[in-house]
Amino acid sequence: MLNPKLIVRDLHKRYGDHEVLKGVSLTAQPGDVISIIGSSGSGKSTFLRCINLLERPHEGEIIVAGESLALRRAKDGMLAAASPAQLQRLRARLAMVFQHFNLWSHLTVLDNIIEAPVQVLGVPREAALASARRYLDLVGLVGVEDRYPAHLSGGQQQRVAIARALAMEPEVMLFDEPTSALDPERVGEVLKVMQALARDGRTMVVVTHEMAFAREVSSQVIFLHQGRIEEQGHPAEVLNRPQSERLQQFLSGRLK
Amino acid sequence: MDFSVLFEPANLQLYAEGLFTTLWLLLAAVSAGLLLSIPAAVWRVSRQRWLAWPVAAYTYVVRGTPMLLQLYLIYYGLAQFDVVRDSAAWGALSSAGFCAALALTLNTVAYTTEMLAGALRATAPGEIEAAHSVGMSRMQMLRRIVLPSALRRSLPAYGNEVIMMLHATSLASTVTLLDLTAAADRLYANYYLPFEPFIAAALVYIALTFGLTRLFKAAERRWLAHLQARG
Repeated sequence: MLNPKLIVRDLHKRYGDHEVLKGVSLTAQPGDVISIIGSSGSGKSTFLRCINLLERPHEGEIIVAGESLALRRAKDGMLAAASPAQLQRLRARLAMVFQHFNLWSHLTVLDNIIEAPVQVLGVPREAALASARRYLDLVGLVGVEDRYPAHLSGGQQQRVAIARALAMEPEVMLFDEPTSALDPERVGEVLKVMQALARDGRTMVVVTHEMAFAREVSSQVIFLHQGRIEEQGHPAEVLNRPQSERLQQFLSGRLK
Repeated sequence: MDFSVLFEPANLQLYAEGLFTTLWLLLAAVSAGLLLSIPAAVWRVSRQRWLAWPVAAYTYVVRGTPMLLQLYLIYYGLAQFDVVRDSAAWGALSSAGFCAALALTLNTVAYTTEMLAGALRATAPGEIEAAHSVGMSRMQMLRRIVLPSALRRSLPAYGNEVIMMLHATSLASTVTLLDLTAAADRLYANYYLPFEPFIAAALVYIALTFGLTRLFKAAERRWLAHLQARG
C-alpha cells in the first residue's frame, strides 16, 4: 500500500448550534484527484478549509504525508493547532487555490509566485524565479510576469494562483470552487490546466460544481449532503449510477 | 506696497533662517512620526485589548485637543514642575526647538496611526487567508503582505498629512522659534508692513506644498501602480 498524502478523519464542525460537518473523512493516495460535490450549504467548502485550519473544526484528525497535525482544545471549544510552527509547516505542504483567487494585490505576478517559496521555504530567489517562470509556462501564461493581479482577467488570475500553489511543490493541492467566480468562457482555460495537473499525477482535492470535471478527471467523487458523505466512489459509479435519492435529485438538476 | 525691503540681504537672511527651521521641524516630526506610527497602528488594530486600548486613548486625546494648546502645555506647562526641571530631560525640554518638534511629532503620530490603522483594517481578508494557506507566520504576514499593502494604500492620505504638518510648523513661532512665519512676523514689526512679509512667507509655503504634492504624486505612480487603470 502507498503512503497516503492526506488523511482526514471524522471531521466535525459547528456554527453555533448548526452542525455543518457531522463526521467527514477522506483519504487521498498519491495521484488521487478527489472531487467533492454537493449543493451549497452541504459543508463542502467548510470541509476543505478545515483541512488547513483556515477554519477550526470541533473534532477530527488531519494527517499530511504521514505527519499528524497536533491539535489542542481551545477555550471556545474548537480545535486549534498545538504548535504554530507545525501548522505553518504543514500548511506549506497543502497549497490552496481559492474561489476568488486571493492574489496579493500589491505584488506583480512573478512576485506573487516567488513570495512564499522564498519567504517560507527559504528557496534562493534566483531558483524561485526560474521555477516561477516554468510554472507560468505550464499554466499557459507568458508575458504577464510584471503585471499586477488587478490588470489580469479572472481566468488569468486563477491560473497565476495555480502557479503560486504549484511553486510550493505541495504534497496535496486544495481547490475551493476554483471556477465558480469566473466568466463562463474563462472556465475552460482553468479546467484545462487542472486536468493537465491531474494527468501529471498531482494529488488534488477539488470542491467543484463542474460535473464534467468530476466525471472525467477525478479518481474519486464524494457527494456531501447536510454535513455527511452521502455517496462516495469512482465517478463512473457515483455519477452514472447514483444510489441515494438526494444524489439523483442533485444530478438531475445538473447533468447535461 | 513695497516688496523691495524684503530683498535686503539681512532680511533675505532672516527668511532663509526661518525656512531652515520650518524644514527641519517638518523633517524631524514627519520622520519620527512615521517610524512611531507604524508599530502604533499595528497595536491599534490588535485583538489584544491591552495593546489596542492605550493607543486608542492616546490618539483620541491628541486628536481631540488643539495642537497650540499641546505645545503650550509642553513648553510652558512642564517647566512649572521641579521634577521636570531637575530631571535629565530638562536639557531637551527647556529648548523651544525640541518642544515644538515633540508637539508636532505627537500630533502626527496620532493622525497617522489612525490613518494606517484604517488601511490595515481594510486589508482584503482573502489576501490574509492566502498568506495563512502558504504557511506564513504572523510576523511574515505583517511584514510581507499586510503592511506593504496598507502603507501603499495610505500614500494619498499621508501626503495630505505631511502638508498639514508643514502648515502646523508655523505654530513654532509662538514659542520663540524663528521659523518662516516668525521671520515674516519680525519684518512686520520692524517695518510695520503687515502685508508684504506675510505674503512672501505664504508664497514660500505654497511653493513647498507644491513640491510635496509632486513628490507624493511620483511616489503614488511608483507604489500604487497596482491600483491604477492600465494605460
